[in-house]
Amino acid sequence: MRQHARATYPEECCGFLLVREHSHPRVVVSAERARNGLETERGRQFEIVPEELQRLEDRLDGSGTIVGGFYHSHPDGPARPSARDEEHAWPRYSHVILRVTSRTVGPVDSFEFDSDLAKFEPTRLTVRPGGGTVGSGRDSKNLLDESEET
Amino acid sequence: MTPTRVKIPRPLQSFAGGATEVSVEGATVGEVIRHLADEHPGLEKHLFASSGELRSFVTLYVNDEDVRYLQRARTPIHEGDTVTIVPAIAGGTSGAPTAPKEPPLGRDQLVRYSRHLLLPEVGVIGQKKLLSSKVVIVGAGGLGSPSALYLAAAGVGEIGLVDFDTVDASNLQRQVLYATRDVGRPKLDAAKERLESLNPGVRVTRHAERLGSGNVLEVLRPYDVIIDGTDNFPTRYLVNDAAVLLGKPNVYGSIYRFEGQASVFDARRGPCYRCLYPEPPPPDQVPSCAEAGVLGILPGMIGTLQATEAVKLILGIGEPLIGRLLLFDALEMRFRELTIRKNPTCVLCSPSATQHGLIDYDQFCGVPQSDSAAGGIGIPEITPEALRDELGSADPPLLLDVREPGEWEVVHLPNATLIPRGELPDRVTEIARARAVVVYCRSGQRSSQATRLLLELGFQNVRNLKGGLLAWSERVDPSMPRV
Repeated sequence: MRQHARATYPEECCGFLLVREHSHPRVVVSAERARNGLETERGRQFEIVPEELQRLEDRLDGSGTIVGGFYHSHPDGPARPSARDEEHAWPRYSHVILRVTSRTVGPVDSFEFDSDLAKFEPTRLTVRPGGGTVGSGRDSKNLLDESEET
Repeated sequence: MTPTRVKIPRPLQSFAGGATEVSVEGATVGEVIRHLADEHPGLEKHLFASSGELRSFVTLYVNDEDVRYLQRARTPIHEGDTVTIVPAIAGGTSGAPTAPKEPPLGRDQLVRYSRHLLLPEVGVIGQKKLLSSKVVIVGAGGLGSPSALYLAAAGVGEIGLVDFDTVDASNLQRQVLYATRDVGRPKLDAAKERLESLNPGVRVTRHAERLGSGNVLEVLRPYDVIIDGTDNFPTRYLVNDAAVLLGKPNVYGSIYRFEGQASVFDARRGPCYRCLYPEPPPPDQVPSCAEAGVLGILPGMIGTLQATEAVKLILGIGEPLIGRLLLFDALEMRFRELTIRKNPTCVLCSPSATQHGLIDYDQFCGVPQSDSAAGGIGIPEITPEALRDELGSADPPLLLDVREPGEWEVVHLPNATLIPRGELPDRVTEIARARAVVVYCRSGQRSSQATRLLLELGFQNVRNLKGGLLAWSERVDPSMPRV
């Protein structure tokens, strides 16, 4: 995600969070890049074309891994949901937002849209890179880490 | 009727009792989704906006087809169809609640824009919108000149200008961006200087290139509003199509002799240029300003209308000229307004659109290839130098001028015969078939069509003066005014 955010700067990046099915709190096993489907305003907005989500879901069908959320970057913006994010929010998904500047990526934060309150609430996500089994020996890493120089 | 299967996306399944699939009845997609929300009220707010419209980021498929490319909500449902709801995931930094605070207006700005600030419809907030807005003007000529001057004065933050021409003395009668001393300079250099001296707070970006399918999206993409100040149909269709594809408003203006038109084309809210004119006129039917003439003040009227509409769009005030075509007649001094509607079968902006990208606009508008390119295939030509030599010989060719009488009065070649191109088919008997004929016009375009016509009518020895009088004046007789 960080590499993706850095590579697309100053445009926004976006992608999928692949999550272990039935995990609570969600266990992210990997992230997959998506294409920013917008022609314009790519520095300030993104859109994942529905076909891409559909294709990925078809591919994952029955694998025990599901699309459990999405990530996108805010170039030179805060790692917080924007008004536009709220307008387009889907519930029951994790939404990870990365702040990215010309020099740094981070902080990175995770949110879930609460449709009763009609606003985003911060959530914690567990990351187990590589999609290995629970207890594979790798420490889970909190996404809420410090920003790093790039 | 057999109920239709609707596949529910994962995030909405809990609002549909945990089901991955629900069966509901309905003859169209719209009805199916409406019934789905009625049966599972928890889905309502996720599918529909408070206005009752389907939310923009809810995408619906019938089998494998996105209904946006079918008949949208009216797409009929057949036995055995499956409707799939797919989330379109979107967002971004824009409109971020914690967007960086813009600096307050400086003292100079408060003074410069004070008459705007006094207007409740503009005020400090509106002026800041103008200062952070970006407008691109395609064509820095008769229409672009007044537009650019007023937008710069109004404090539009960035003005993009697209033009690859140089200032010609014949431009000065209406292109008020330029002064006599600018003749011969690239238009954009002179324009940038003029606009920045008017308002140093404005950034002027020069796009000194010919706009075509290859670069138009890239050039226009950064801007909020497009002003069409073009003088030819291929570019006008190109700009319209690019505006539709980019989802940007296109402020249109055009002029002809004493009459002008203006409108705002925004396919998201109304018709596009193609809804109004699906097809261009035949290329030889509509003369350009260079051929037909134009009252110099007319582009001033229409160009300032365009600037007004651009500023209104940026500020979000008033009634934009969307869905209305304003017609102006300077001789009658009368404005008229026509209502124009979105064409439900528009190839570009209707739900049944068949064109999803850019095309070859010269071909679409039937523009004859310029002689430097394909060379008006099969049309015999003569260079100005060769014509000079032949005119000095014992057996000079007949010179046929196919321009309009007004152009003839300004300047013509000695001993030439005037038959305007449009009258040629009826007056062809006036031309002696035995003699060699050289046809000319201003630039060589109309005369190449006339040459083709004469050849088709059986004339044996007809040639087109390559580059027309413009080339003649440049290469043979510099004393002849280039008009």
